[in-house]
Amino acid sequence: MIDLKAMPAPKTRRNYLELSQLNKTYPSPKGPAVIVNDFNLEIAEGEFVTLIGHSGCGKSTVLSMVAGLTDVTAGGMVLAGKEVTGPGPDRGVVFQSPSLLPWMTARENVMLGVNQVFFTASGNERLQIAEYYLSVVGLADSMDKRPAELSQGMRQRVGIARAFALSPKMLLLDEPFGMLDSLTRFELQAVLLELWKRQRITALMVTHDVDEALYLSDRIVCMTDGPEAEVGDIVTVPFPRPRDRVAVMEHPEYYRLRERLIEFLEVHAHKKRRVAFPTGKSVSSEAAA
Amino acid sequence: MPFLELKNVCKSFGGTKVLRDVNLAIEEGEFVSIVGYSGAGKTTLISMIAGLLRPDSGSVKLRGEEITEPGPERGMVFQNYSLLPWLTVAENVALAVDQVFPTWTSEQRKAQVDKYLAMVNLTPARGKLPRELSGGMRQRVSVARALAMEPKILLLDEPLGALDALTRATLQDELVRIWEHDRRTVVLITNDTDEGIMTSGRIVPLSAGPGATLGPSVAVDIARPRDRKTLNSNPAFKHVRKAVLDYLLGPGGRQKTTVNRKLTLPDLLPEDLNEPRTLFGAKRTARRRSEEKLETVEIA
Repeated sequence: MIDLKAMPAPKTRRNYLELSQLNKTYPSPKGPAVIVNDFNLEIAEGEFVTLIGHSGCGKSTVLSMVAGLTDVTAGGMVLAGKEVTGPGPDRGVVFQSPSLLPWMTARENVMLGVNQVFFTASGNERLQIAEYYLSVVGLADSMDKRPAELSQGMRQRVGIARAFALSPKMLLLDEPFGMLDSLTRFELQAVLLELWKRQRITALMVTHDVDEALYLSDRIVCMTDGPEAEVGDIVTVPFPRPRDRVAVMEHPEYYRLRERLIEFLEVHAHKKRRVAFPTGKSVSSEAAA
Repeated sequence: MPFLELKNVCKSFGGTKVLRDVNLAIEEGEFVSIVGYSGAGKTTLISMIAGLLRPDSGSVKLRGEEITEPGPERGMVFQNYSLLPWLTVAENVALAVDQVFPTWTSEQRKAQVDKYLAMVNLTPARGKLPRELSGGMRQRVSVARALAMEPKILLLDEPLGALDALTRATLQDELVRIWEHDRRTVVLITNDTDEGIMTSGRIVPLSAGPGATLGPSVAVDIARPRDRKTLNSNPAFKHVRKAVLDYLLGPGGRQKTTVNRKLTLPDLLPEDLNEPRTLFGAKRTARRRSEEKLETVEIA
């Protein structure tokens, strides 16, 4: 007889997403420019992994390759046992700017993808899906508004609902809260986490916000500065789930890990720093950063 | 008598109450940060101190005198830099200097411009136009322009909001360095708690609107210079951060409305769009998760 309690809950695959020897090279007048070189990463099913690094280190390029929006120069990607080649609705993407269609209401924006992915379902069921996710992200009363009538934070909520509504195998978040002020950011992180804990969709996020990475992820992958960015350090985040911001920030490990991440980012920032205005036309260090 | 005093300040726009009962007292030489949500009324608040707006009720006083209009004793730095695009860096700063010190000789005025450009490390860029500069450098020009008027109080309205994290950190350190130079009174508006902690002696949280008001001040008792990295092991840093964030993210900072609604989530599995939608004229039917669950049980 099988003891049901002793059985592990849904079987998690250790290497649900497998990135092996990813390489991205752009041709340039000075010869090929290697942006990402030999990037290897394995993500388990239901794991939330964050790539952290400075602007221009290639972390968004990695995400974009997983999303299928950027071609891979060399290397391969396997998601749930299938090779990833182009974009598809099995990977829900939340972009930095919500990229909503301005002439459609919030509901219509979410329905757009839902109608494709659930074309076999009834119209009413599809509507229920869209309304469910919009309500969970806190837009129960704003579903009929167009993007222009919504604040930046509310638009990004629509973007999150749109990604989750497709029940994707994997969630890809490209600096999802980068355009928001730091307080709205905290709020939306809580919204994202609330939604995420219901389904535990495997997630890969890109950010340069240390607090965001610590609050959301199971594992943080620090990337060194590009070009030829690679994995520098991997931090396992020990905070128990479900997480609560206050509890996370009071966890004895929180500030120790925060310091470790900030130190990593600082070391890799100063490496690139140049003296402002060495010559007439050059860009200053901050413009390049 | 406090240097700058706001008493029971209220402000509404078109029937919407933006700020209510704002009370704030700042002493001379203080560096105070006001931290709040975007849209809460931070800019409205600082505009009233600058004299660009008048409160509906209550008073805004600088050294006991009511503020009724903008003046050179209050230097303002805006988030969008507000530089004149056809003037060079030096000319932008000179414009302010010429206005405020009309009795000076042209040498004195030029020396004043040079002094403040040097203070923000922009001497090599003095002949450039704003469009040739990065965001961080434009904001330095804006700071130099405000400082060159030798204001009694410097008002910074989210000066670093549009900059990336690295540049922001550099300019935060620079603001502190400039402030330590002559300890002029500074009011910094920001939405970033860490920015407040890095720079200020005191943080005042502003609750979310409508009807925003200031919360209890939190003193930042951390020795300068403050180091972003080692700050993490400083108990005072953790305390200030928690106090400010708890107020802003807690019930005091944000009024939350909840709606109760019955929601149904159909238990459907997404379709693979790479497969044909119809096969020999037969339409695909929706795959329900319950069916799928049965399958997994059989395999196990």
